[in-house]
Amino acid sequence: MLTLTSSGLYCQAGDFFIDPWEPVDRAVITHAHGDHATWGSRAYLTSRTGLGVLRARLEPGACIQAAEYGEQVVLGSTTIRLHPAGHILGSSQVRIEHAGEIWVVSGDYKTDPDPTCTPFEPVRCHTFVTESTFGLPIYRWPSQEQVFSEINSWWRANAAAGKTSLLLGYALGKAQRLLAGLDAGIGPILTHGAVERMTSLYREGGVELPATHYAGAADSRADATGAIVIAPPYADASIWSRRFGDHSTGFASGWMMVRGARRQRSLDRGFALSDHVDWPGLLAAIEATGAGEVWVTHGYTGPVVRWLKERGLDARAIATRFEGERAEVTETSEDPHL
Amino acid sequence: MKAFARLYTALDETTSTSAKVAALVAYFSSAPPSDAAWVVHFLSGRRPKRLVSSGRLRAWAAQEAGIPDWLFEESYHAVGDLAEAITLVLPATGTSSELPLSHWVEERLLRLRGEDDDVQREVMIQSWRELDTHERFVWNKLITGSFRVGASQQLVTRALGERSGVPEGVLSHRLMGAWEPTPEFFQRLTAADTSDADISRPYPFFLAHPLEADPATLGEADEWIVEWKWDGIRAQLIRRAGRTFLWSRGEELLAGRFPEIEESGALLPDGTAIDGELLPWAEGAPLPFAQLQRRIGRKIVGRKILEDVPVVLVAYDLLEESGVDLRTLPLSQRRNRLTALLQSLAPGRLILSPAVPSPDWETVATAREAARGLGAEGVMLKRVASAYGVGRRRGDWWKWKVDPLTVDAVLIYAQPGSGKRAGLFTDYTFGIWEGDHLVPFAKAYSGLTDQEIRKVDAFVRRNTLEKFGPVRTVKPELVFELAFEGIQRSSRHKSGIAVRFPRMARWRTDKKAEEADTIERVRELLDSVSGREKA
Repeated sequence: MLTLTSSGLYCQAGDFFIDPWEPVDRAVITHAHGDHATWGSRAYLTSRTGLGVLRARLEPGACIQAAEYGEQVVLGSTTIRLHPAGHILGSSQVRIEHAGEIWVVSGDYKTDPDPTCTPFEPVRCHTFVTESTFGLPIYRWPSQEQVFSEINSWWRANAAAGKTSLLLGYALGKAQRLLAGLDAGIGPILTHGAVERMTSLYREGGVELPATHYAGAADSRADATGAIVIAPPYADASIWSRRFGDHSTGFASGWMMVRGARRQRSLDRGFALSDHVDWPGLLAAIEATGAGEVWVTHGYTGPVVRWLKERGLDARAIATRFEGERAEVTETSEDPHL
Repeated sequence: MKAFARLYTALDETTSTSAKVAALVAYFSSAPPSDAAWVVHFLSGRRPKRLVSSGRLRAWAAQEAGIPDWLFEESYHAVGDLAEAITLVLPATGTSSELPLSHWVEERLLRLRGEDDDVQREVMIQSWRELDTHERFVWNKLITGSFRVGASQQLVTRALGERSGVPEGVLSHRLMGAWEPTPEFFQRLTAADTSDADISRPYPFFLAHPLEADPATLGEADEWIVEWKWDGIRAQLIRRAGRTFLWSRGEELLAGRFPEIEESGALLPDGTAIDGELLPWAEGAPLPFAQLQRRIGRKIVGRKILEDVPVVLVAYDLLEESGVDLRTLPLSQRRNRLTALLQSLAPGRLILSPAVPSPDWETVATAREAARGLGAEGVMLKRVASAYGVGRRRGDWWKWKVDPLTVDAVLIYAQPGSGKRAGLFTDYTFGIWEGDHLVPFAKAYSGLTDQEIRKVDAFVRRNTLEKFGPVRTVKPELVFELAFEGIQRSSRHKSGIAVRFPRMARWRTDKKAEEADTIERVRELLDSVSGREKA
């Protein structure tokens, strides 16, 4: 059904690519993060709820077709359905049916709750293509309530000490999930430009978020004391972040589960909040598909494949354009797997 | 255990010194002395001895987590820290321990000594089940003996000083030498009465800062006493109440390790403390450091090794005379007294550190250039009027090392670091050319900026040729200038050469791999250096 080509995963029966790495004729896009949505293809298919953010991420005038979750789309001799992946607003798993065989490509996904996007939906299939960003048993997310209570107490303590809280998280997805969990009673919420743009698209998509102020506005310096500033990771230690004077820096990412990752960045606080599935979630998700064959991509492919094989599944690792492992946490530019 | 885990988290969460001191003060204000004593013990760098082997801990943790051993190993490599890896793979318990730290250390950790596997396993698994995640992490840190939290003894003394009103200098002194972490000790440590005494206790070592500026910025050369910077073991020799004590800078009592020095110490008058350097020495000059390494760690010192590697104590300073603490006297006076003391003894194993003439900085600079040929690492500059301080302080004592030797070498293997560098390829092996292939020459871990480390890490991931466990063979492409302090022949190294303290001085992005140094050039370097060394 699917083959891995130099442009990415290709379905011959339907003549389309899923999240291609290079411009192609027809691309089915699981979600709008940069390593899944590449510019220049002739036609795109994505979920209705993801249309706004994808349009903002692709070149102006890109030809994008939108489908509701569960809606049937016929491509060549295949039938496609998009199902929610719970990763970010509009993120989808791609279900492909052809000649009685069903494949599901997960894209990036999480099974934990997130008020800013439609929850992950398990889909039965014969072959499941899963991500494995956090595919090791050290990654078991603490409850969302606990993480947000830590974030809010940190913010409250900083505010009481007259400090600004700078909270880093990817501009699309993570930032909005953070906004949704903040206790807006503590103080004003400021945003970096990249975050503000994506946040307004979320609001347009009907997601309710607390009021935010663009930190680039002329009077933001005066406002920042006691405020929390939501910014993408690359804003850390940049000239941009200096405007906040005395501030404490936190970072919300699954990588923060490990102390070394936090210390590498000399952060004040790390919060283990991820939009990817953790180890127990990954195993449960695979099991729920009922798939006998699993393709593992992006992340700890080796250990996940071995684990699945030892449990009698037909599993294999497939390459991605971006090396998984820990490369992400060391990148200084915008990277969606943070 | 709760309060201790909280303290650990608080210290770990901040890089601010004042916040760390505040967390310590808060802890000491409420902790029982029996717990506080252990905290002082651990935070001042006294590590618990590892009583359970790493292999067993790994196996038990994997069993308890319900994962195969190989998956535990994968997890461990990703985390880079055994204590943390165990903490993360174990299922959450929802429990937490109200028992004090002293219980965990005395009734559990220390009881593991000498127990068989079954008992140790039982204790470990039971402990993991009783503790919450934070507590489990500090417990594992204690068990693995790798307890470091970015709070030095200096911070502990500051916090204790703030809390008890006892001057920091007194606290540092009371923390020297051998003591047991008992509640009584903690009470004595913070007691206002400063007339306490322990006959073995050494003074805190005064350490020099590296000199990076032009020495002319230090004023006139004749205001300074210049000595050779020897490469041995810094030590303190004490004679009190008819007994002799030899301490290393790591505050280890070197009893029996250097019997010839202790014999000489026995000739000193009671109430004497000498600061000096243990050096392997023959015919009026030091032997290479590698010779001293043959004596380090040897508990039984036989006649042959005593003859092969004779050791002396090169005396730098006199800290106590006739039982009186001399540390606040000017160095010139302490040195005069030291000279007189050593002259009163028959010639032996105690040698006065010779002063290098310093009429002007040019003479000193010339002497520094000659240091390597004498088996020294450079020169020490000590202000004539300086007191003997505590710890590493700027201003009065400087070390001015010789410029290092350098070789351009090619990155050939990389492996992930641990701790802060976990998951990043930070530990490198470098090769030099022997004909048309690269022979491993040195390993280096330090010298790059965080940004450079990230770039090399990305390079390693994209240019891996082979994997052997955690080690990767990479495309030989990146060239680094390696700096090191010494170079010697070695039969244990593939290249036949060993270097001392190698580190990356520069990333030579301007050089191609083919332009890196050859074994011939390195052998020439070796000859030129050993030609000047009498050894």
